[in-house]
Amino acid sequence: MANLKELSKNPERLTGGHRLCAGCGAGIVARQTLIAAGSTPVVITNATGCLEVSTTVFPYTAWKDSFFHSAFENSAATCSGIETAYRSLKAQGKIKDDIRFITFGGDGGTYDIGLQSLSGAMERGHRMLYICYNNEAYMNTGIQRSGATPKGAHTTTAPAGKVRQGKEQNKKDLTQIMIAHDIPYVAQAYVGNWNDFITKVQKALAVDGPSFINILTPCRLGWAYKPEDTMLISRLAVETCVWPSFEVENGVYKINVIPKEKKPVIEFLKLQGRFKHLFRSDNAHILETIQKGVDEKWDLLQRRSAVGCRA
Amino acid sequence: MKKEERKLTAVEIPIGDIVEAETAVEFNTGSWRSERPVWNKEKCIHCLTCWISCPDSSVKIASDEKRITIVTGIDYDHCKGCGICARECPPKIKAITMEHEKK
Amino acid sequence: MIKTVYSKGKLVAKTGNEVVAEAMRQIEPDVVAAYPITPATEIVQIFSQFVADGIVKSEYVAVESEHSAMSATIGASAAGARAMTGTSSQGLSLMWEMLYIASGLRLPIVMAEVNRAISAPINIHGDQSDTMGARDAGWIQIYSENSQEAYDNMIQATRIAEKAKLPTLVTTDGFIISHCMEVVETYPDADVKAFIGKYEPERYLLDIKKPYTLGSIDLQDYYFEHRYQLAQAMRNAKNIVLDVAKDFEKTFGRKYDLCEKYMLDDAEIAIAVIGSTAGTAKVVVNELREKGIKAGLLKIRVYRPFPAEEIAKDLAHVKAVAVMDRADSCSGAFAPVYSDIVASLYASGVTNPKVVNYVYGLGGREINTGHIIGIYEMLCKIASGTEKSSNKVEYINVRIK
Repeated sequence: MANLKELSKNPERLTGGHRLCAGCGAGIVARQTLIAAGSTPVVITNATGCLEVSTTVFPYTAWKDSFFHSAFENSAATCSGIETAYRSLKAQGKIKDDIRFITFGGDGGTYDIGLQSLSGAMERGHRMLYICYNNEAYMNTGIQRSGATPKGAHTTTAPAGKVRQGKEQNKKDLTQIMIAHDIPYVAQAYVGNWNDFITKVQKALAVDGPSFINILTPCRLGWAYKPEDTMLISRLAVETCVWPSFEVENGVYKINVIPKEKKPVIEFLKLQGRFKHLFRSDNAHILETIQKGVDEKWDLLQRRSAVGCRA
Repeated sequence: MKKEERKLTAVEIPIGDIVEAETAVEFNTGSWRSERPVWNKEKCIHCLTCWISCPDSSVKIASDEKRITIVTGIDYDHCKGCGICARECPPKIKAITMEHEKK
Repeated sequence: MIKTVYSKGKLVAKTGNEVVAEAMRQIEPDVVAAYPITPATEIVQIFSQFVADGIVKSEYVAVESEHSAMSATIGASAAGARAMTGTSSQGLSLMWEMLYIASGLRLPIVMAEVNRAISAPINIHGDQSDTMGARDAGWIQIYSENSQEAYDNMIQATRIAEKAKLPTLVTTDGFIISHCMEVVETYPDADVKAFIGKYEPERYLLDIKKPYTLGSIDLQDYYFEHRYQLAQAMRNAKNIVLDVAKDFEKTFGRKYDLCEKYMLDDAEIAIAVIGSTAGTAKVVVNELREKGIKAGLLKIRVYRPFPAEEIAKDLAHVKAVAVMDRADSCSGAFAPVYSDIVASLYASGVTNPKVVNYVYGLGGREINTGHIIGIYEMLCKIASGTEKSSNKVEYINVRIK
């Protein structure tokens, strides 16, 4: 468990003056990650995306640490090169510091175009923390569907129209794919709970191997809600079990946040413009399907967790 | 307000697109604001929820004489007025309110 | 009998891939990240054996694709490591995006590239379509005529890249050099290490006391300046290549230049060519010279930066020139080397030589002395005015009709 009074003694490692939208969850994720890292030296890699373009507009950067971006689909591979250079130079005595490596990628750069690079890096066992700030669509290019976009959501490439009602497919369960890599630490988190996320970042940074955190990061523009609700919306995702907060440590599942009362999925959906069309009476069956899918996944997760199920 | 930056030439800019760390501090995003968070010092219990929730590193904190962290105000040079701080402030405390920005 | 040029040199029989790997062992980069691809696979196989046996202190990253190979190499280089990779053909194609990023970020990566045809149809044999496709990627490109040159070029490339702050690739022709055994003179490890020197980057990501951002977004305000800077760096690289060559000659006794002039100074007809075919052409030049025909050869060693003024000067007195391209640009007009040479001549005010373009050897198609004799015969006719010079690409040894 983290403690805010203690965390507040840690250095602030992301400055203001970056150009993320007002209320952007990605800014919160980046800031809290670095606050969680405390004074541990880190080198950050970032896939092309909102976070990267908004924080590093030449000649300004919001990062206080060494930060590197090269392209969209390769941040994990790039980080693995940096981490390998570190091991090489450290073994040769050219570097003395104990450095950790953190990569940020959006869901586009992680679920889709960057999946191969991520999978390769995890399989090779580089000691790096990969954080997917998952806002469930390609927000940087203007809200196109991704493998992380949930069923029914309106995006600009899977729009709600006269005969189609947003994305027709389910989102890819990337967290499960990462668990299948048998890496020491995998977790799902959400921006509405700093304690949960920061604790996970600290755990992830402590493991001697690859770690992966998939953090649900609402995008006020793409999800169409009021900017002040970023955290509230993500909390509803957890309270409705749309996005459970759990971790898999050395193969053992643990649900970190169990809702006191499991809310219906519509509580999460109704605050967001991207699901507006689902509330038409002729789309009631889609809402039912979504609820059914959430229930099934939640049951499965509970069973895996209850018996200390190994991945 | 944003300083008018002098555009550097090809000879003056660093090789590659190196940017020295934390220079974004010099970039004013406060001008984006349409709503302004107003912090009430009297009501604040210094729980730091606003500080940890801010996407723009714009809740100012400091250490008091007992080395306990307290909130000291809002960094209006960078705050974009998203309102997360006001929303996340405990409902019983409500130490931050959003007001229309006077231009 | 073959003798060593360098007093402490050693003659070994090795394939091109083996000597390239040998150069890499001696350079001993901090990081090598690579993915296997024919005909370059052996280079990384041999090198990973060096790592496995503890012969080098380098770290080898067996990545899952060439895109990741270049990405990891870029990461390693930005982090402050001396970083290398090797690839060929489709591998280089998959790296395409990252090639531009390596140069744009001014990272001194060295790549061992084995020239191979580009799909489709898939073909594993040698031509230069792969690196010609990367000719505008901001990489220094050094081509080798044989294994000795490949070995020497790898050693020089390390210093060139680091001084120019530009990624550099050294090529060998697939199978023709990569898999053929030749006698090569290698130099002692210590002498190679002394020649390349220690790598001490000014800025690197792992230097956490001086943090910075690399890879920021440039918009209308700065992108053009950075690209101008890169273009200028490539122009300046010409002198760096020459300085390193001079020092190399002083140290190891082998002379290198941007181009090699072979019997060119008094030549009336000449071929300009890149890579192993230069060796074949030299044999033909010798035969023709014996017959009193003033044939010459211009071998382009450094294709990027392109030695435009030098080539214009070297060819100014020649009556007829054939530019042999082992890659077709499919531009509807001319192949790449021809276009570069003609532009160089024209820009330098050299209008005397008639210049024709021959595309040859695609997908490893044979090119032999007979073909090259045929080209020189045509050049003789053009020079004497009995034949008009062709204004379109001529193809050698391909069944057209």
